Amino acid sequence: MKIEEYRERKVAVDGWEVNLTSYRLGAEWHAKADNVSPGATLCRTTGTSRSEAEEKALKRAEELLDRTHRHKV
Amino acid sequence: MAEYAHPEALVSTDWVSQHSGDPTVRVVEVDVDTKAYNEAHVPGAIAWAWNTQLCDTVRRDILSQQQFEALMSASGVTPDTTLVIYGDNNNWFAAWAFWQAKIYGHKDVRLMNGGRKKWLAEGRDVSTDKPQVAATEYHAQAADLSLRAFLPQVQKAAAEHSAALVDVRSPQEFTGEILAPPGLPETCQRGGHIPGARSIPWGKACNDDGSFKTADELRALYGHEGIDGSKPIVAYCRIGERSSHTWFVLKYLLGFGNVTNYDGSWTEWGNLVGAPVEKGAAA
Repeated sequence: MKIEEYRERKVAVDGWEVNLTSYRLGAEWHAKADNVSPGATLCRTTGTSRSEAEEKALKRAEELLDRTHRHKV
Repeated sequence: MAEYAHPEALVSTDWVSQHSGDPTVRVVEVDVDTKAYNEAHVPGAIAWAWNTQLCDTVRRDILSQQQFEALMSASGVTPDTTLVIYGDNNNWFAAWAFWQAKIYGHKDVRLMNGGRKKWLAEGRDVSTDKPQVAATEYHAQAADLSLRAFLPQVQKAAAEHSAALVDVRSPQEFTGEILAPPGLPETCQRGGHIPGARSIPWGKACNDDGSFKTADELRALYGHEGIDGSKPIVAYCRIGERSSHTWFVLKYLLGFGNVTNYDGSWTEWGNLVGAPVEKGAAA
C-alpha cells in the first residue's frame, strides 16, 4: 500500500497560518491540519474526496484556533 | 561540508526501507497518540504513544526504570537491538523517546531523518498491520540524569548565567503573546520566557522536507545566538518534546558535551509562584 497524491499547502485560518496536508490511501482521503508555528497537529480527518477531507480539517482547525487568545506584551 | 558529530544516531528513509525487516532492528513510530500510526505506518513498525506509554500517567514524570524496562520488553527490544524511532511533527515525540532511551542507557538508538512526513511525501510503502513481537526481558541501566535538567538547576542557571538557555518554542510563545501553540489548550498561568533565554524555534533546525539541516547550517544557526557549546546548554519548550528535538540536534548532530532537556519546561516555569519571567523579544 502506498500514499498517493501527497500534497501540502499553507492557508490562513482566523489569522493563523495552517499547514494542510492531504493524501489518498486506497479509496480514502486523509487530511491533517497543523499550526505552522510551531508545527503542532491540530486535527486529522478523512473523506471520500480530497476536498471533503480538507474541508473537515479546516473546520476543526478553525474551531480550535478560535479559542486562542492573543495577549498584550 | 562538516559531518554531524554522531552520524550514527541518524538513519535515512532509504536505510529504514532496506532494514526495517532486519531482526536486529526495531522500528517504532512515536507520536502524541497512535492516531497517525493507525492510519498508516512504516511496514513492520510498532507504535508508542507519548501520552500513555512514554510518560508516567499518574505523576508528571518520565518513565521509571521499571516502566521503561516493561515498555522495551513488550516491544521485543533487547539491549543489542538497533532502535529506530520516527514520528510525526518532524520527530518531536520521537526525539522524546530517543532522549529517554539514552537516559536509560540504550546503546543503539537512531532517529529516522525527516520522520513520518518525509516517508509519506516520498510515496514509500505503508501498512496498517500491527506486527506481533516476541516479548523480551529487558534490563535498563540506571537513569543518567546528566541528560535532564530539573527546576532547581534551571533556576540556578538563570540566576547565575551559568548555562545557555535555549527556548525552542514559537516566537509568539516566547514573547508571551500566546500561552500555548495556536489551537492547543493554555497550560500555564503566565506567558513569556525564562530571563536570559535565547529564542531559537526548533523548526529552524529542519529543512522543508522535515530532515535536519547540515552541520554547518546548524552550527551557524545556534552560533549566531551564542550557543556554541562553550558552556552548558539547557533546552526547553512547553512540555519537553520540542526541546528533546533541539537537545538531539545540539548533542548528537553538533556534538556539544553538556546539553540537558528541561522537560518541566514552560508548563512548570510559567505556573510557578514568584518565578522571574521576561516578556517580549530577547534582548
